Amino acid sequence: MRELKLMKGNEAVAEAAIRCGVDGYFGYPITPQSEIMETLMDLRPWESTGMVVLQAESEIASINMVYGGAGCGKRVMTTSSSPGVSLMQEGLTYLAGAELPCVVVNVVRGGPGLGTIQPAQSDYFQTVKGGGHGDYKLITLAPASVQEMADFVEDAFNLAFKYRNPVMILSDGVIGQMMEKVELKEFAPRWTMDYIEENHPWATTGKKKERAKNIITSVQLEASVQEAFNHKLQAKYRAVEENEVLFEEVLCDDAEYIIVAYGSSARICQKSIEIAREKGIKVGMLRPITLYPFPAEQLRKRAEQVKGMLSVEMSAGQMVEDVKLAVECKIPVEHFGRFGGSVHSPGEVVEALEQKLIGG
Amino acid sequence: MSDINTIIKPENLTYKRTEVLSDNDLSYCPGCGHGTVHKLIAEVIEEMDIQDTTIGIAPVGCSVLAYNYLEIDWQQAAHGRAPALATAVKRLMPEKNVFSYQGDGDLAAIGTAETIHACNRGENIVMIFINNGIYGMTGGQMAPTTLPGMPASTCPAGRDVSHDGEPIKISEILAQLPGTCYVTRQSVHTAANVRKTKKALRKAFENQKANKGTSLVEVVSNCNSGWKMTPVKSNEWMEENMFPYYPLGDIKNK
Amino acid sequence: MAKAKGAIVVDKARCKGCGVCTTACPTKVIELAAEVNGKGYHYAYMANPDACIGCSNCGIICPDTCITVYRAKAGATA
Repeated sequence: MRELKLMKGNEAVAEAAIRCGVDGYFGYPITPQSEIMETLMDLRPWESTGMVVLQAESEIASINMVYGGAGCGKRVMTTSSSPGVSLMQEGLTYLAGAELPCVVVNVVRGGPGLGTIQPAQSDYFQTVKGGGHGDYKLITLAPASVQEMADFVEDAFNLAFKYRNPVMILSDGVIGQMMEKVELKEFAPRWTMDYIEENHPWATTGKKKERAKNIITSVQLEASVQEAFNHKLQAKYRAVEENEVLFEEVLCDDAEYIIVAYGSSARICQKSIEIAREKGIKVGMLRPITLYPFPAEQLRKRAEQVKGMLSVEMSAGQMVEDVKLAVECKIPVEHFGRFGGSVHSPGEVVEALEQKLIGG
Repeated sequence: MSDINTIIKPENLTYKRTEVLSDNDLSYCPGCGHGTVHKLIAEVIEEMDIQDTTIGIAPVGCSVLAYNYLEIDWQQAAHGRAPALATAVKRLMPEKNVFSYQGDGDLAAIGTAETIHACNRGENIVMIFINNGIYGMTGGQMAPTTLPGMPASTCPAGRDVSHDGEPIKISEILAQLPGTCYVTRQSVHTAANVRKTKKALRKAFENQKANKGTSLVEVVSNCNSGWKMTPVKSNEWMEENMFPYYPLGDIKNK
Repeated sequence: MAKAKGAIVVDKARCKGCGVCTTACPTKVIELAAEVNGKGYHYAYMANPDACIGCSNCGIICPDTCITVYRAKAGATA
C-alpha cells in the first residue's frame, strides 16, 4: 500500500519532486507557494536522492538555472507565483526556443502588479497564449486537488521530455494552500549520466570524441533557418494538440448547460452542479485538465447537445475566449467569476447560470 | 634566397592552431581580441585534456556565436544570465568543467545580479569577462565600462559622468566577495600579455578542479569597429586610455 | 646575410589583415601584402624571411589563429 499523507498542495509538489527523481530545484520565495522550497529544504533531498535544491537571487536567475540544468538533460524545475512568473517569461521563451524540457509551477495569485496574495486564475492568457515573445506554447496542466499537485509533477516531466518543451503546472493559491489526503508514489531513482547520454543525446554533458559537439541555443540569424525552425515547433505543437488533451466531464451526458471550469474553480462548480440539479437545472461540467492543449474538440461536440456554456474562472474572463472559439458561436457562451483574489461561492455560480444563460 | 623551406618541417613545428578550435572562420572584426581569447581557452582545454568534460556558456553580444568556434559542448544564454546557467550546470554535474564567456554589457550591466550572486555563492566556475568598453554587436552604444569622455553612439559627445555615472570596475567589486578565489585583469594586445592571459586562464581552470570557488578573468580588449580605429591603433589607444582606468594584474589571488 | 632560424606559414584565406602580427614581430619579418585574399583583406606574409627567429609571437597574438610557426632546432644546419 502506498504512503498516505495529509498535506498542503505546495508540500505535495515538493514530496512528489523528490520521489519522482527530480535532479534540481531552483526557486525564489513568493507567497502563496513558498512552502514548496521550504519543504524541500526541510526534507534535504541532496542527502537522499542527490537532488540539488538552490535558493536563487531572483526568479530570473531561477528560470535561467532551470535552462542550464535542462540543457544538461537533467530533470529540473522551478516554482513561483504570478509576479515571479512574469519575471520568468524571458527564460520561458528561451527554453521553448532552445527546445528544453522543464517543469514550472505557478501557484497563481491576484493581479495585476503586486496584486494580492489571495488565489486567482488570471494568468491563463499569460500561460496558454505565450507570455514571452515569439511563437511558442507551454504545455499546461491544471490540477484541481492536492493529489493532482503531486501526480502532475511526474506527468509534467514526462510530457516535457517527450516533446522537449517547458511544461507549466498552472495551480492557484487555493490548491497550493489547502490540505488534503495524498497517496504518494514510491521513490524512483534519478537518471544516471549513462541514461541521459543514451536517451537525450542532445544534452550538453561534455563532448565525447565519437560525437559532434552539442549546442543548446535559440538564436538563428538566418530568417529562412528561423522560419524552418518555427515550422518544426508548430508541427510539434500540432502533435501535442493531437495526442495530449486531457479533461474530465461531470454529468454532461444529459446536460442542457455546461459549466467549463478548471483548478479550484472546478472544485467549487462541482457543488454548484449539485445545487442546480436540486433546482431541476440539468447542468454538467467539463473540466479541462490540460489548458494547452485545450479540449476544444470535446467542447465542440458538447455544443451540439447543450443550450449554453458558462466559463467559470477566477479572472475577468480569459478561458471564456477559448470556449467561444471552440464552440464557434453555435451556442451562447458566458463568463462568470470573482477575481482579484476573491473566490466565487457555489451559489453565486448557480445564480450566474440562471441570470446569464437560462433566464435570458 | 631563403632557406625557409628547409625549416618548415614537422620536427620544427613550434606553434600551430589547436584542434579544440573549430575550422570555422571567426565572425569577429579583424584584430578583435575575442578571437585571441577564444584561442587561449581552446589551448588551455587542450593542454589540460578536458575537452570532453568542459561545457561553455555563451552570452548575448558579439560572442553569441562563440559555440561555433570551440569544439566543446555549449549552451547559449539569455543576455546576462550566463552565470545562472553555469551555476546549474556545475551543481548538477560537479565533475565537469564549466565556464561562462561574457562581455561588459552582459556581465556588468544586464547580468549584474546574476554575476554578483554567482560569485557570492562561490560557484565553482570560471567566468571570462571581455571588457572593451562598448556594446559591439548592437553598433557601439555606451557600455557600463565606457570611459569618461569616451564617445559611443548613445553618448556621441563622450560619456558624461555627471549624467551617466562613472564606468563600473566590476572586477574590483567581485574581488570583495568571499566566494571569489581569483580575480585578475589581463589583456591580449601584445604577445607577452597573451602569454600572461593564458596562464591566468589555466590557473582559473585549475582552481575549478581544486574546488576553490569562482575565478574571474577579465580581459581588457579592443573594439576597433566600435572605437572607429584600425586594429593596431586601437591596441595603442587601449594601452593609453583603458589601462590607467582598468589596471592590469591580479586583483585577488587566494 | 643572416641565416633564418624560423619560418611562418600564414593561412592566407583565413587572414583578415588586421596587422597585429606585424607589430608583435620583434624582427619586422611580417608585412601586409599588396594583394588581397578572397575576403578582400591584405593578408600577412613574410616580407623579410631571413630575419625570422621562430619566436611564435605572431602565431599566439593572431586573433584568427592563421599563423603556423616553425623553428629550426639549435645546431641544425639549414
